[in-house]
This record gives sequence, structure tokens and C-alpha cells, in this order.
Amino acid sequence: MGDYYDDKDLDRFGEVGKHSPDLFKKFIEWYSASLKEGVLSRREKVLIGLAVAHAVQCPYCIDAYTKNCLEEGLNLEHITEAVHVASAIRGGATLIHAVQAHNTVDRISM
Amino acid sequence: MEFAEALGKHGCPPLRASKVETLQVNIGYKCNMSCKHCHVQAGPSREEIMQPDTMKSVISALAGSGIKVLDITGGAPELNPHLKFLIEEARALGCHVMVRSNLTVYAETGMEDMPVFYRDHEIELVASLPYYRSDAVDRVRGEGVFEKSISALRVLNNLGFGIDHGGLKLDLVHNPQGMFFPPCQARMEEEYRRELDKRYGVSFSSLFTLTNMPLGRFRNFLVERNQLDRYMERLRNSFNPAAVEGVMCRSLINVGWDGTLYDCDFNQMLGLSLCGDIPKTIDEFDAALLSSREIAVSEHCFGCTAGQGSSCQGAAA
Repeated sequence: MGDYYDDKDLDRFGEVGKHSPDLFKKFIEWYSASLKEGVLSRREKVLIGLAVAHAVQCPYCIDAYTKNCLEEGLNLEHITEAVHVASAIRGGATLIHAVQAHNTVDRISM
Repeated sequence: MEFAEALGKHGCPPLRASKVETLQVNIGYKCNMSCKHCHVQAGPSREEIMQPDTMKSVISALAGSGIKVLDITGGAPELNPHLKFLIEEARALGCHVMVRSNLTVYAETGMEDMPVFYRDHEIELVASLPYYRSDAVDRVRGEGVFEKSISALRVLNNLGFGIDHGGLKLDLVHNPQGMFFPPCQARMEEEYRRELDKRYGVSFSSLFTLTNMPLGRFRNFLVERNQLDRYMERLRNSFNPAAVEGVMCRSLINVGWDGTLYDCDFNQMLGLSLCGDIPKTIDEFDAALLSSREIAVSEHCFGCTAGQGSSCQGAAA
């Protein structure tokens, strides 16, 4: 198998809409609206996008949002701090589940 | 889609000059640096240098036409030994003179007096500083360039450049460090001002954000990365009719080191001649004919009209 992810495939995103155009149109409208400047600035939104892209480990989103960050004038320091936040939340989310394990131990132990 | 076709599709007329208020003169391709984004492909080995006779023709053109702004570019203009002559003559005519400077050249032997010369002749300096952090700048311009640039900015601030709105002008130029577009000019200016003051205690007048043009070394970079088509497609898709009005070719004429006239410095690098049957050298300069000339366009023009636009003075829209 060749490379599973090809960066050119991002340009083919629209093809996904062929088989359910109404749903895809709704998604695109919603996606575009959510990234418009609102109470949060465009810059804050692309940093959130970058952090989420790393948390869900989507190569397309990482490419796109890294570029978006640079086009907002952000640099590697901003980018790395944002990824640390995503990593910390992921790490914390794993660690907090230790409480569940502890609860299970309590529940099934004498 | 071709650029001329894009204009038509968006209801814009063919591109024509509206006036000639700036004479932009490229006095040579020699430079002490070889920046990765340079559309001129300037460097230490370039030999193309404007000679004094051509400079005299530039001065005659200024005197005869009444054009009041001389914009001197290169290469590093300071490496042309006749730069001071050109500036003195233009200032004697009462012209406002801008020099596009790379900042690091003042550290070269024999160049130490240039900042004082610029102050004494009230020059507006337009200096390249692609970002406010050393890693980003050195990556594009070479190791140690950022530190030299900051030293030069301190010298210029001490001489009165860029320290208040009424004083000598020192503008900085930001350009992306790769195949992406520049950020919002107003917001980036604010950020440069805050960060350069906080980190290095230096100040400047205005920030110009420029789009990287798909020419010269930046084009080579795109070709090497197999990204030229993608970058061009993005430029085309980002065409902004509102940026067309402010593109510099509409109010500027560009002069090559050998005296040939062009619509802009980018056309000069492509060897793209003026359109139509009009004089094409500085010796035959005719401001009236040039003021309404049709502008020669090609695919690189999408670089000046993408998004917020990009002119020699930064964002155009």
C-alpha cells in the first residue's frame, strides 16, 4: 500500500459531497460560520483548530491549521504551546480515568 | 485562468496606469546576502550595476517630468558605488527619496557611514525584516542576519529614524517565510511594534506586508517542493478585485539597471517589456505617454491581487 494520507486529497474534500450533497452543504456552511470572527478572534479560532487537529491526529487538519496559524502571523512558539495544551488535556483525560480504575478495584475487592 | 481573463470575469477593465507619481529605480542586482525569497535572485556574484550615465538620465527624467518620488531598490543599493550621487542629485531637485535597504549591508567594510548619509539627506528607509524573531528571519535570510538587523535598527533609531511619526521614516517589510500568505497588515504592525520594543527596544514607522511572488528564488523553492501549481492555484482562487485599484504598477514606473523601463520590478525580472508603441528606455522618458499606458500582465500579477493585495507599500486592499 502506498502512502495512506496524500496531502493532495485535501483538495478533493468536495467529492465527499457527491453522495449526500444536502448534508455536505450544511456541513460546509456550519464549518465556515464557526470559523468566522465572532466573540473569539480568527487567530484564537485557528489555534483552537490546530490544538484539536493534534488531539484527533488528523494529518489534513494539522497541515491546514498550521498554515492558517502562520497566515495569522503566529510562529512556532505559539504553535508548540497550543499543541502542549492539547497534549496536556489528552494526558489529563487519560490520567483522570485512574479514578475509574481505583473505583473498580474498590468495587470488586474484598 | 489568465490574469487578464480574471480581471474581465470580475468586471475590472484591462489594467492601465492612472498616473506616474513614483520612479522606481533598480540600481543593481549585487547584494551581500542571498535571501531564499528574493525575486531578483540578488547576491554577491551578480555583476549588473547601474552606471552614472544611466543615473544622469534618471535625474533628467525626474527634472523633466516633475515626478517627486524616487524609490531606489536593488540588490543592495548601497553596493552600487554611485548611489550617493543619485541621492544627492534627486534631493537637489526636491524629490522625496526612498531606499529599500537590507539593514545588514551597513556592517560591510566601507558602508559604516551610510546611516548618517541617509539621515543627512532625509531618506525614507524601507527595510526588510520578515519577522520579529531570529529563527524565522535567519531561516530565510541566513545565519546571524537577525542580530545584524537589530543592531542596524538601533543605530537608525539613535539617528532619529522610526522614532516618531513626524521624524525620519523607517518602514519595515514583512513577508511570509514560505508558501503561505501574509497576515493582516494592521494587526501584524501592532504585533511587530509590541514585540520589537519589548524584546529589543527598537521602533519603526510602518509595517508593509508583502506576498511572496512566484518568481526568482521563491519560484525555484516552489518548483523544488513540487508546489508551484498549488501556490498558483491558491493565488488565482484568492483574486480580490478590490486590490486591483491599489497595485503599484498603476502609479509607478520601474527602471532597470541598464535604463530599460518596466511596469514593475517583477516584470523587470521576467524581461516583460512595456506594452505598445511607447518609448521603452529612461533616455526617451515620456511621462505623459506612460501615465495612461496599458500594463503588461502575466500569471505573477495574481501575487499582487490575492487576499489583502500586495504592493511595494504593503497591503493594497
